[in-house]
Amino acid sequence: MTIPIEALRRNKAAAPVAGRRSLADPRAELLALERQGELIVQKIDREAVSVQTKYGREKRIQKAHLWHHKSCGQCGHIPGYSTSIFWVMRKLGYDYHDPEDQTSCTAWNYYASATSNSAAQAAVAVRNFAAAYESGYFPLIHCGTSYGHYKEVREELIGHPELRAQVRDIMAKLGKPLVLPEEIVHYSEWFHALRDEIAAKQVRDVSGIVVTVHPACHYYKLVEGDAIYDPDIYGGQRTAVVTGLAEALGAEVRSYSTWFDCCGFGFRHILVQRDFTRSFATLRKIEVMKEEANPDVVLTHDTGCVTTLDKSQFAARAHGRNVGLAVLSEAQFAALAMGAHPYRVCGLHWHSADYRPLLEKMGIDWEQAWAEFQGDLRRLESGEKRYLDWDDVDG
Amino acid sequence: MTETAARYTATDAHYKLPDVAGYADVPHEVKAQLFEQVKGDFRFGDYLYGCYECGICVAVCPSAKFYDFSPRRIAQAAARQDVELIYQQMQEDIWECSQCFSCLRCPRGNNPGGIVTIMREVAVNNGLASAKQALVGYSRIIYKIMSTGTQVSPDMLRSDAFPDWGPETADVADNLELWRRALPAETMHTTSAGWSVADRTLVELYLIWLETGALDMIAEVDSSLYSILQELMEERLEEEGIEL
Repeated sequence: MTIPIEALRRNKAAAPVAGRRSLADPRAELLALERQGELIVQKIDREAVSVQTKYGREKRIQKAHLWHHKSCGQCGHIPGYSTSIFWVMRKLGYDYHDPEDQTSCTAWNYYASATSNSAAQAAVAVRNFAAAYESGYFPLIHCGTSYGHYKEVREELIGHPELRAQVRDIMAKLGKPLVLPEEIVHYSEWFHALRDEIAAKQVRDVSGIVVTVHPACHYYKLVEGDAIYDPDIYGGQRTAVVTGLAEALGAEVRSYSTWFDCCGFGFRHILVQRDFTRSFATLRKIEVMKEEANPDVVLTHDTGCVTTLDKSQFAARAHGRNVGLAVLSEAQFAALAMGAHPYRVCGLHWHSADYRPLLEKMGIDWEQAWAEFQGDLRRLESGEKRYLDWDDVDG
Repeated sequence: MTETAARYTATDAHYKLPDVAGYADVPHEVKAQLFEQVKGDFRFGDYLYGCYECGICVAVCPSAKFYDFSPRRIAQAAARQDVELIYQQMQEDIWECSQCFSCLRCPRGNNPGGIVTIMREVAVNNGLASAKQALVGYSRIIYKIMSTGTQVSPDMLRSDAFPDWGPETADVADNLELWRRALPAETMHTTSAGWSVADRTLVELYLIWLETGALDMIAEVDSSLYSILQELMEERLEEEGIEL
C-alpha cells in the first residue's frame, strides 16, 4: 500500500486548528470565543503571579480564593498528599474552597479502559468548571492527569464547534453554562509560583537532602504549551516545577539519565497488569536514580507517579533489586520543611517505601511523631472526638 | 488457504496468520468498517500528519521497552489506512499502550497515543475480544467511577488486591475507618469514595453518562455491570423527576 498523501492533506485542511497547537494561545482563543457568545471564561480576579510557559507565553497563577479540584487517587490512596496541599495554603494565609460538588475528571478510567467518549469527558470537565464558576472560586487542579486531560478537552472544545454545541446542550439540561477557566492551573504551578513565600515559612533545614525529580508526563507532555519553564532551571530544557521549589527550599537536586521516562503507571497497568508497572518503575526510574544520583528522596507532582514509584518497590526487594527510596510529592516535602507533622498532615503511614531515613536526615523524630499520632487515634476511639480537624493537626 | 490468509501472505510478512493470531478473524469488510469508525472520530485529523520514520516515538515509549509494541507502527498503519494491520493492532497492541503521551514528542505533530485512545474506544464500542480481555478484573473500577464519581476509593486498598504493595497496604485496610477520621479535611472522611460527593452532583454525572452514550459502551464489554449501573442511574434520576 502507498501512503495516501492526498488524504493526509485533506485531513490537515479539514482541521484548521491542528498542527503546532503548542504555539497557540488558548487563553486568547477562549476570550475570542467568549466575545462570539460561544462560552463563558472564568477570569482570574485576585492577585496573581506571572510565570512563563514552554514557548514563552505568560501564565498567571491566582494566589488565593481557589476551588480545589481534588484527585481521586490522592484522596483515596495517599491522602496526605491532598492534606499537604491544603495545609501549605492555610499556612500561607490564602483562602480556598474544598467542594463536594466536584467529581473526578474520570480520565484515569478513560485512559485505562476507554469506556467513555470525548463528549462525556468534555461534559464532566465543564460540569466541574461550572461548579467552580458558580462558587466564585478559581479552579486549582490537584491531579496531573486531570490537568492534562482538561487541557485536551479545552483544545477539543476550541477546535470543534460541534463538540461545543453538544456539551452546551448537556450543560443546559444541568442548568449550567459552558464555562472554562482563563488558565488551567495545576497545584504544582501554584507551589512553583509561591516558592519564595513557602521558603520564607520554612522551619526545617533541608540543605543536606539530595533530591531527584520525576516530572509527570501528563503535566508537561500532554498539551505541552501550558507547562511552566524557566531559563534559570535546567536552562529551560525541562519543566521548572518541583525542581524550582526544591531548590528554593535549599535541597540539592541531582539529575539522572532517564528523567524523561514515564513512571510506568500505565492507567490500566497499575490496576490490572502491574508486572509492567513494577518493572518499569524500578528498572528505569528508581534503580537509575539510585545508581546515578543516590538521592534521599524522589519528588514528583502527580497522583499516579507517587503511587507507582512508591508502591512498586516492595516486590522488587524480593528480587534483590537496588531499591529503597522514599517517594513524596513536592507538596509533602514543602509541608515537612514548613514544620508539618509527618503523619497528621503528610500522611506518610499511607506510603509503602521507607521514608524514615529521610525524616531522620531532616531532623524529624518519627518515633515521637508516630506516638503523637497514636494518641490522636486513641482520642477518636474513645469518642472524645469524632474527627481530627485543622486545629488538631498543628497541636 | 482462506481469503484472508492469502491476502496476508501476498502482502506483508508482519501480519499474523489467523491460525496463530489468538483472536477470531473477520471478513475484510468488517475490518474496513472498524477503521472507518476510527477515521470518523473528529480527533483523528488532529492526531495524524504522516511520519518521518525517525523513531523518536518508539525511543521514548515505555510500552515499547517492555512489549512488542510500537507507536510508530500505530501511526504508520493509520496513515496507510492498512485495515488488516489496524485490526491486528486493535486485537493485540492497543491495550499495551501506557497512555503517557511521551510519543507527543513526535516532530511531525502526530499523537500515536491519541490514535490508540480512539482505537480503544472503537474496540469497546464493538465489543472486540481484546477489549473484553483487557478489562477482565476492571469491572469494579468502572462501577466506582461511574456510580460514585471518584475512581480509586480507600476501601479498594486491600492486601489481597495489592499483595505486591507491601504490608503497609494491610495496615491501611485494618485501620481504614479510623485513619480516615484522622484526616483534617472534612470532605475526606469517606471510605467508599475518595471524597464526599454531593447527591445532586452524582445525579448530574449520571445524566452525562446517559446523554453521551458512555453508559451504553459498558453494555458491549460487560452486560452484567451495564444492567447494575443502568438500574442505579435511572432509578436515581427518576427520584429527581428527571426524564431522559
